[in-house]
Amino acid sequence: MSPPEIPEKAGQPGRRWVNILLGGGLAASVVSFLYPAIRYIIPPAVAESTSRSVVAAKADELKRNTGKIFKFGSKPALLVRTADGTFRAFTAVCTHLNCTVQYRDDLHQIWCACHNGLYDLEGRNVSGPPPRPLEVYEAHVQGEDVVVTRSA
Amino acid sequence: MSGPPQKKPSWLDERFGAGTIEEFLRHKIIPIHRHSIWYYFGGMTLFLFIIQVLTGILLLLYYRPTPNDAFESVQYVMTQVRFGWLIRSVHSWSANLMIFTAFVHMFSVYFLKAYRKPRELTWVTGMLLLFIVMGFGFSGYLLPWNTLAFFATKVGTEMAGSIPIIGKWFLIFLRGGEEVTGATLTRFFGFHVAVLPGLATVLLAFHLLFVQQLGMSLPPGVEKAIAEGREPKRTMPFVPNFFLRDMIGWYAALGVLGALAAIFPWELGAKADPFAAAPAGIRPEWYFLFMFQTLKYLPPKVLFMDGELLGILLFSAAAMVWVAVPFLDRHVGFGRTTRFFTGAGVFVIGYMLVFTWLALR
Repeated sequence: MSPPEIPEKAGQPGRRWVNILLGGGLAASVVSFLYPAIRYIIPPAVAESTSRSVVAAKADELKRNTGKIFKFGSKPALLVRTADGTFRAFTAVCTHLNCTVQYRDDLHQIWCACHNGLYDLEGRNVSGPPPRPLEVYEAHVQGEDVVVTRSA
Repeated sequence: MSGPPQKKPSWLDERFGAGTIEEFLRHKIIPIHRHSIWYYFGGMTLFLFIIQVLTGILLLLYYRPTPNDAFESVQYVMTQVRFGWLIRSVHSWSANLMIFTAFVHMFSVYFLKAYRKPRELTWVTGMLLLFIVMGFGFSGYLLPWNTLAFFATKVGTEMAGSIPIIGKWFLIFLRGGEEVTGATLTRFFGFHVAVLPGLATVLLAFHLLFVQQLGMSLPPGVEKAIAEGREPKRTMPFVPNFFLRDMIGWYAALGVLGALAAIFPWELGAKADPFAAAPAGIRPEWYFLFMFQTLKYLPPKVLFMDGELLGILLFSAAAMVWVAVPFLDRHVGFGRTTRFFTGAGVFVIGYMLVFTWLALR
């Protein structure tokens, strides 16, 4: 008995359509399995704190030539009382690699301990690796409080 | 009766075919020559990895991966749990020694040209394992939730985030959000105890399979000397001769780990405070120091690019070239070595040593 004749071989039109349908169906199902998994991996966005101002400290809390980290929304910010007694506020997030900066009373500058970056009291990056200045906030005394406001 | 009495096949032989297991064990032989000492470092790395798995499982019995509990639970292990200080210190010390022996293993393979045909894939799986080991180090460092770890993680993930195009996505994937928070701790815990061990096990299986299949490489110089009859070809069986020597090394390593843990218990530091300034003297683990120091020296802007981005791109490119070395070093072959690649290796080791020293100074 001779084996039954196979009407089409690989490469012939009928087989090709079967391959396209099978492969396409398989690929589509794989994508539909992976898509939810990939979306799952990325967490939902957290609403940014919209409050534009915060009480950073009590006016008599800071001595001259000192600084204090305070919480501004979800990020740390820095309040500095300069040697002449004025208040200045900046974001405390270093523009280089995201470390939290601090006020150096010996240098009268803002210093990042991670990679030795320095900013002056205008927030300008003056030495080390930071590529951009610190964002400057407005600081003013309201009664007993120092209120820090970010513009827009 | 004629002929010698037939040995009764063992229980295993009856099931898997006579001599299969014996054949498997006998297949591996170790060449003996002046560079044989380097053959020990792969096995030593594997041994320290097993120590990591065992001590890691023990730490899991007490560790709690949330920002409120993580530091306290490690503190509890260190101060209250009987021998907790020993288990955690051995885990930390063994991690560091494992990274050291993995690097020694990698560089010895590099300089002895063991990556050349037919062992290209052994090299590639080994390099991937080295990256995974560094991932273990990076993710495990955060788990005690102390200040140093908190800022090291901030910096490390920020660097990943500065990669063009996918950086932002990658940063959020790593941190579980925009900032380093409790979500990051939970994720790193998952990477450290599930994702990375899974990947490492699969890669390790392939790595060992390739080593078993292809046997040990002979350095080109030794190969040539044997071919020219200047040196006899000497070998020893892996089981039991070399394996027993391995075990002596492992036994000694256990002693060293115990001594290090007892004399220098691993510090815990201060609990991380996301709203405190980065402390002075902050630095990552020693095996990241050469990269850390390079970033310190790079100016803010190089041509049109942020200095840090340039550094990250250069290190990534260097790592990729290093993985591809077996395919780039076309000239190396039987009894032949390539000066250029040896020189490049010396440069890389020199760079790493000098920059690590500069960071420690």
